[in-house]
Amino acid sequence: MSEDADRELRVSKIRDGTVIDHVPGGNALKVLSILGIDGSGGETVSIGMNVPSGELGKKDIVKVEGRELSQDEVDVISLIAPMATINIVRDFEVEEKHRVDRPDRVTGVFTCPNANCISTAGEPVESVFDVLDEGVRCAYCDTIVREDIAAHVG
Amino acid sequence: MRHDHLISAKQLSRDDIETVLDRAAAIDGGEVTPETDGVLGLLFFEPSTRTKMSFDAAMKRLGGNTVDMGSVESSSVKKGETLADTVRVVSGYADALVLRHPSEGAAKLASEFVDVPLINAGDGAGQHPTQTLLDLYTMRENAGLDDLTVGIMGDLKYGRTVHSLASALTNFDARQHFVSPESLRLPRSVRYDLHEAGAQVREHTDLDAILPELDVLYVTRIQRERFPDENEYRQVAGEYRIDAETLEAAREDLVVMHPLPRVDEIAPEVDATTHAKYFEQAHNGVPVRMALLDLLLKSGGEGDE
Ligand SMILES: [Zn+2]
Repeated sequence: MSEDADRELRVSKIRDGTVIDHVPGGNALKVLSILGIDGSGGETVSIGMNVPSGELGKKDIVKVEGRELSQDEVDVISLIAPMATINIVRDFEVEEKHRVDRPDRVTGVFTCPNANCISTAGEPVESVFDVLDEGVRCAYCDTIVREDIAAHVG
Repeated sequence: MRHDHLISAKQLSRDDIETVLDRAAAIDGGEVTPETDGVLGLLFFEPSTRTKMSFDAAMKRLGGNTVDMGSVESSSVKKGETLADTVRVVSGYADALVLRHPSEGAAKLASEFVDVPLINAGDGAGQHPTQTLLDLYTMRENAGLDDLTVGIMGDLKYGRTVHSLASALTNFDARQHFVSPESLRLPRSVRYDLHEAGAQVREHTDLDAILPELDVLYVTRIQRERFPDENEYRQVAGEYRIDAETLEAAREDLVVMHPLPRVDEIAPEVDATTHAKYFEQAHNGVPVRMALLDLLLKSGGEGDE
């Protein structure tokens, strides 16, 4: 069952768009959140969650039809999915493969977990986080998030 | 100074610090009399009479003037105006701003919305860099700033004066010992910065073991509201209180400092000893802030980042 499910998801092709593979199991919705996809934009999205995987144990796969990710988006995904592989598909063929690369700084992606941080107080600014070797750090209050970074997306 | 704003002690190099302290010493000694005709905006979103008075006095001694937002209760802030809007408006009235705010990161945010130099006078549990400059001034006068062993005791988690001082000390040849209850240890972000700076740091829950080594003991207040119940607070606070008897184990030339106000963490009997430098420390606030304002007001229009 598990082998088949994995193979089936990998082979079910999309025409044009992006396939994000090797996302840590359970984080597919966080990936969509980073991309600002909540269904209201009309994109066709397929998600495989907790698919058995040799490398990760369990992985998620996200396929977004009709949309190619920018390198910036890819880089931000790296923060919650450092092993992710990103395939840009055109006319059923994988035209480009992107490696994820950690950015130095991300804006508007994470919410600061410090309840007393000015960035969460309704001011006209987006959240800004500097990316550390391990984790991310709020550029306003300096709070460092290391464990479960994905929980702070949004 | 390289910076138009003073948001965090982390941005201060050894050169920056020495420039301010040298200028403060020259002002204090009557060797220079800097002057300004500028206006300083005082924005205090939480009460801090002394820090505000200290900035007010410093600006007036420079010949300048101040405008004061007044208490938050009586201002438009109460009506829900954002900090970004408030500072944009007040920056139109003043040549520099001083901000005290209960939220961490407030000074950084405010600085993004103004064209005049902005000084952080305390942002929540974040930073308080001008306190650090006067702390360093006091240390330099009494113990020097090199080959120094400093103990910092009390509420290290929420103590913004501690966070600023710890970063600034990484510019000098200082060994830092942090003494606190387990629940009030330095926050992760400060420990991270100290580690990155290659600082010599040790953490303790007990002062006794390291007291005899110290050149400086910097005491801060442990606040009642950090503890769920009164008993727990009493027990903890009692362990981090110093009196004349505690100091018998210290070196004769130990310098005891405190950002004030104190409650009962330093017994009044310590005041009469040669260790006590906390009132001198408070007095140093004016010349140090004069020096800083003088430097920032001069660099302000030039945009020499
Ligand atoms: Zn924050």
